[in-house]
Amino acid sequence: MSTTNSIAQARKLVEQLRVEAGIERIKVSKAAAELMSYCEQHAHSDPLLVGVPTSENPFKDKKPCILL
Amino acid sequence: MAKLHQLCARGGALETAPRSTSNHHPTEMATHELHPNDTLTTLKMESESLKAKLEEERAKLHDVELHQVAEKIEALGQFVMKTRRTLKGHGNKVLCMDWCKDKRRIVSSSQDGKVIVWDAFTTNKEHAVTMPCTWVMACAYAPSGCAVACGGLDNKCSVYPLSLDKNENLAAKKKSVAMHTNYLSACCFTNSDMQILTSSGDGTCALWDVESGQLLQSFHGHGADVLCLDLAPSETGNTFVSGGCDKKANVWDMRSGQCIQSFETHESDINSVRYYPSGDAFASGSDDATCRLYDLRADREVAIYSKESIIFGASSVDFSLSGRLLFGGYNDYTINVWDVLKGNRVSILFGHENRVSTLRVSPDGTAFCSGSWDHTLRIWA
Repeated sequence: MSTTNSIAQARKLVEQLRVEAGIERIKVSKAAAELMSYCEQHAHSDPLLVGVPTSENPFKDKKPCILL
Repeated sequence: MAKLHQLCARGGALETAPRSTSNHHPTEMATHELHPNDTLTTLKMESESLKAKLEEERAKLHDVELHQVAEKIEALGQFVMKTRRTLKGHGNKVLCMDWCKDKRRIVSSSQDGKVIVWDAFTTNKEHAVTMPCTWVMACAYAPSGCAVACGGLDNKCSVYPLSLDKNENLAAKKKSVAMHTNYLSACCFTNSDMQILTSSGDGTCALWDVESGQLLQSFHGHGADVLCLDLAPSETGNTFVSGGCDKKANVWDMRSGQCIQSFETHESDINSVRYYPSGDAFASGSDDATCRLYDLRADREVAIYSKESIIFGASSVDFSLSGRLLFGGYNDYTINVWDVLKGNRVSILFGHENRVSTLRVSPDGTAFCSGSWDHTLRIWA
């Protein structure tokens, strides 16, 4: 019983690996360039990256300055 | 402290997981014939040779490292991020949180069985539900903002419509949607309020119809508890990524139930997975104290975010809007901020007084929220 189960699982694994082995891939240099390009294109509109003025960020309270 | 899954997990999760009738494994032969008299030995030999081929194919394209390509861009400056709000109200460890699309509301869930909806601007609690179980490990906001989903040790995912009437008993309208055979570890609505994706300690992920509770697709392939999942950004199509105690991160086709890519480079449980905003990559956080970046088109790990001084597990990760920053919440109570491209840490944030268990950037990227075993949530900006 357990042998049939093991064979079924092994067969499933082989089929799965065939699917994975068969996909198309690109070079890391190309993939990296595209990740970088995305970052660059969107950097200016990333509030946590470039920072937004206090007046525009609802979480940054506009507290008056107290000079001691 | 023993990890929850170790308390809950029963052995051999994959073999005892229920098989859904809607995901009947295809019986027609693949183009390569499998001989009916295949023995275990020949199958094992073939899987070993396929694994080797997979590694070989991946290695051929490994011509450079991401951080090398990133050398030519400017380093990031100093970051000043502070706690801007502290949400207090949970009576025990905060386990999960999610933002509403309106960028101000948050749902959080706790070990004490409570699920709370907050207005993060004012820190007011708008709704509270007491679940029939403790350890509510998963919660999610519906895209419409009109409902929340949650679950945990009850092995279910339930949806609660949010009423405008604060006095209304939310528990009365509860709808049970998902049923697993072990704890619910994560849940998320797909592009509408109509479908929910879940992951479970039973080793599977599943897609459910909210209205009928019907199982639409199930995803089998992890060899142990699945701890996390993330849906691909809608532009990139119907896929999602999951991470588990088998140290694997799997990418799935939602329509067919097929695992299309699998990554196994972490040395311990993967607690969190999150897509890069373009959908071409995803990050993971693990008990092995590292976060990693996997590129889907190169089909490999392309960065590791680690330091010798970081020895505690990363529980939760998320990207800033442009994908340049990766925020990681850790079991040593800190939040580390990483330069995704160059690979170095740019900031370390202190404040929580116990493990950081959950972390999400707000939908418009103006802030991020962290939840902790110290019973609080913090909004950082």
